[in-house]
Amino acid sequence: MFSNKYIFIYSSVLVIIVAVLLALAATLLKPAQEINIKTEKMQQILQSAGIKSPTKETISIYHKYITNELIINIEGEILSDFAQGEFSKGNERAFDINLKEELRKLSGKTPTPKDVRLPLFVLINDQKDTVYVIPLIGKGLWGPVWGNIALKSDKNTIAGVRFGHKSETPGLGAEIETPMFQNQFLGKQIFDENGNFTSIKVVKGGVANSSINPIHGVDAISGGTITSKGVNNMLEVCLKNYESFLKTK
Amino acid sequence: MSLSNYNPFSLTNRKLLLGPLNLENPITVQVLGICSALAVTAQMKPAIVMSVSVIAVTAISNFVISLLRNTIPPRIRIIVELVVIATLVILVDQILKAYVYDVSKQLSVFVGLIITNCIIMGRLEAFALANKPFPALLDGIGNGLGYGMVLITVSFFRELLGSGSVLGYKVIPEAFYDFGYRDNGFMILPPMALIIVGVIIWIQRSYVKSLVEKD
Repeated sequence: MFSNKYIFIYSSVLVIIVAVLLALAATLLKPAQEINIKTEKMQQILQSAGIKSPTKETISIYHKYITNELIINIEGEILSDFAQGEFSKGNERAFDINLKEELRKLSGKTPTPKDVRLPLFVLINDQKDTVYVIPLIGKGLWGPVWGNIALKSDKNTIAGVRFGHKSETPGLGAEIETPMFQNQFLGKQIFDENGNFTSIKVVKGGVANSSINPIHGVDAISGGTITSKGVNNMLEVCLKNYESFLKTK
Repeated sequence: MSLSNYNPFSLTNRKLLLGPLNLENPITVQVLGICSALAVTAQMKPAIVMSVSVIAVTAISNFVISLLRNTIPPRIRIIVELVVIATLVILVDQILKAYVYDVSKQLSVFVGLIITNCIIMGRLEAFALANKPFPALLDGIGNGLGYGMVLITVSFFRELLGSGSVLGYKVIPEAFYDFGYRDNGFMILPPMALIIVGVIIWIQRSYVKSLVEKD
């Protein structure tokens, strides 16, 4: 029989060994994991602007295309400008901004707080056009949805979008990741002819059957109503913050 | 049994390794680990990574528990087993995140859920606690393989019929699609995994009559 003392000592020793082992593994593997997360973020930014990047070369491709990483505030003033490895203004990279935190500062507050920092990526694509990439984050049905939206140099027409999600239903909500859904956004505009912000509506039942101008709307996903609504709200909430910046020509 | 005439590839040991592939298959015969089999088999790549992870965890946990078997106080043996399994699973998860990030994202929570995979606890309780380390290691690998084999078979059919590809490469020619062939979207959803597992069990039992229960 094992005494109580033995059981206590046994479990303590076991737990200590395990703790050391796990701490060691976590510390040793952390650099590799962080690179993966960064690479993925870069890949998503590039993809939204239609630039393909194999995982291994992503970092160099990212630095080749991205000309400026800007941080702006809600009034469109540039707080920080990071270009080609140097800061010409401010001292924080847009790449390191936690958008979720910044959006939380904003939610439901009037007047809108001015210290909110909004990330924005400027790149020049293969056709030598300037493209603005705006990161998006929102809520789907089961978990977060996110994405990047690329605007052409007129700061109005969409050059491309990429969406991602954590756990939307495969075959339904998860279809937001498919080219079929994302390609609908190409060429759509987020401002109307009078310069008013309209966002892009994700329309249940189809744009053709609604009163929305087809240039400001896309078809929602059948069976993915709540995810589609999530994308719709995400676009509206996130793009709205950039309104002042996008209006300056 | 003295060490000098110990044959690591004796009949008993081979049976430990190969038995779970057919007659004692954890999924089709013991019906364990079904949950993850449904969840990660929509494509082959995650299914293969999942299989390798489960093989590693069953083999190593079986081996470690078997080494410790005479020192583990029976009153806390389940806790000790869980600590060992959980440690291994976290290690596997961390390694996947560091080296095969895209697959680890697809597997998401299911790597963590290897902890609750009944195959592992089942083998520790039924085998590792009562046997020497080497047979326990074989038993672990065997059961992992038996699980992985079914997983990979299921994922092969689901990916082929559901996405028209194998391991991410398109195998169904474009011409088929031009003639109106469509991928079966239902194949991507978990219920089809259950049906394919059912079909595998059916085929297995129609060949191996000894598995058929008398009613």
